[in-house]
Amino acid sequence: MSAPTRTVSQGRAFMGVLGRDLAVTGKEFGTFVSQVLVQPFFLLFVFGVVLGQLGYVTPGYAQLLLPGLLALNAFFVAVQATAIPLVIDFSYTKEIEDRLLAPLSTRLVAVEKIVFGAARGLFGSLVMIPVGYLVLDEVNWQLSGLPIAAVLLVLGALSGGAAGLCIGTLVSPRKINVVFALVITPLLFTGSTQFPFLQLGNLRWFQVLCALNPITYVSEGLRGALTPAVPHLAGWVCLLALVASCLLFGAIGIGGFVRRALD
Amino acid sequence: MSTQATTRPSPPARSDAAPAVEVVDLVKRYGRSGPLAVDGLGFAVRRGEVFGLLGPNGAGKTTTVGVLTTRVTLTSGRATVAGIDVATDPVAARAVLGVVPQRPNLDRSLDARGNLVWHAAYHGVPRARRRALADELLERMGLSEKAGTNPDELSGGQAQRLIIARGLMHDPQVLFLDEPSTGLDPQARLFVHDRIADLAASGVTVVLTTHDMDEAAKLADRVGIVDHGKLLALDTPSSLVAALPGEATIDLELTGADAATVRGRVGELRGVAGVDDRTGETDETVRLRVRCDGEAGAALPPVLGAVAATGATVHQVELGEPTLEDVFIDLTGRGLR
Repeated sequence: MSAPTRTVSQGRAFMGVLGRDLAVTGKEFGTFVSQVLVQPFFLLFVFGVVLGQLGYVTPGYAQLLLPGLLALNAFFVAVQATAIPLVIDFSYTKEIEDRLLAPLSTRLVAVEKIVFGAARGLFGSLVMIPVGYLVLDEVNWQLSGLPIAAVLLVLGALSGGAAGLCIGTLVSPRKINVVFALVITPLLFTGSTQFPFLQLGNLRWFQVLCALNPITYVSEGLRGALTPAVPHLAGWVCLLALVASCLLFGAIGIGGFVRRALD
Repeated sequence: MSTQATTRPSPPARSDAAPAVEVVDLVKRYGRSGPLAVDGLGFAVRRGEVFGLLGPNGAGKTTTVGVLTTRVTLTSGRATVAGIDVATDPVAARAVLGVVPQRPNLDRSLDARGNLVWHAAYHGVPRARRRALADELLERMGLSEKAGTNPDELSGGQAQRLIIARGLMHDPQVLFLDEPSTGLDPQARLFVHDRIADLAASGVTVVLTTHDMDEAAKLADRVGIVDHGKLLALDTPSSLVAALPGEATIDLELTGADAATVRGRVGELRGVAGVDDRTGETDETVRLRVRCDGEAGAALPPVLGAVAATGATVHQVELGEPTLEDVFIDLTGRGLR
């Protein structure tokens, strides 16, 4: 009469849900790449090339900026990849319901959202590398720092995915524009992307603000790994801060997700 | 405990023995001090049965289905699907149930076939089978030509059929349909009704909620009538109707007297089992349904005489048999829609 109960491991369900998100990204790959590249490309071009040629910034500035932009993209692309679809899904389309009904704990659906956001963030960060090589005259990276740089980017992207989960589940759609203006823009400029954190000694209040932004630790960590000549925070500080940020945002975000998913 | 574990049959066999759905003393309160959406509801659905939960909007039907489909956490009581407790093991419950929600929630990033194929992926259907299964269900639901269409471009009826197909992709033991034909045109409604009947014939247990009496009477083997979160009656549609006092009905539409006066007069007549006021809020005429013992034709002359004695003018008379709606009005004292 009825078919035997199919015992499905949650791992397979998780891969199914992640596979769906990756497949949808694949279908709109061109749009995704252009979305990811436009803003950092112009930042890099104007600050690294234009201002350099006009003589307003020193030639070494681009070296400082490129790791910062990798960090920025890892975090921000991940935030956007989780936050925006969730706001729409939970409030209007309810499209996520079919995935909430998969044989998978609701917490793991939330974790999938973080992982997927992080995957997009990581990709968005990595595509900046060839862009950097194309736009800038020279990129001098210490290649031995690549493994630690990769770890930092993964942590930064996961932290961004978790922060996106917080925004996506705690913010109502009517307020999402305000949140993006009031939260995202300050995050953009307090992530030590465009300046080295340790040299902010004369602007102590601003340095404190920057210390609260997870992107700071990705930027600084990357500088330590790839361009150690630029003053930077110690690697272990960056790793620790990023792990803490993943755990904090992850806990808040997953809690928020479960509250929205279940009545 | 350990001896029991060795003699206990394997999980699928255990779940085959349990009722398809069992709800015991179910209570759901939204928020800490919110109203009770479900207030001590209890019923059991047999395997292979089509079970209808019938009640007005806000009666607690959707909340009950929400609890059974693991989307709403229960406040107290117990709810099982195929023998699996939905509160303690929601993940296992999701594997054996399918859901057709009240509001369409198709994935608009995917085409029609993609909705089915990915749903199967979430449920661990082997990759090799997903596409063939999707095409088979698209065919059954009359959607083969729409396989590559975005859900946005489907009509309401097509979307509803696609949602039913999606709910069946993982071969669930119990399919929940929440208001399956609300908002559909008559043809689409009939098609959906036929598919539900097919499902029942193929052995899938179906639990549907509706506020449509005719739909419940037509599709359901048994109907539970729910209002204010409580179960008022549960039986086959014909038994529910048969239990009503009165074997025939006379519907009257009249003017020139108020409903209470006419009800009083007619209700005193011999052979009249009851008089229901069915006047809608916007109606300009008084509408009454007289339930009578024996044949309506025999009761008609005295009824019309009694109405005339109140000074009212009768505009329309209709003879019929009682329906589920009469059962509902008898139980709750109010109309359903």
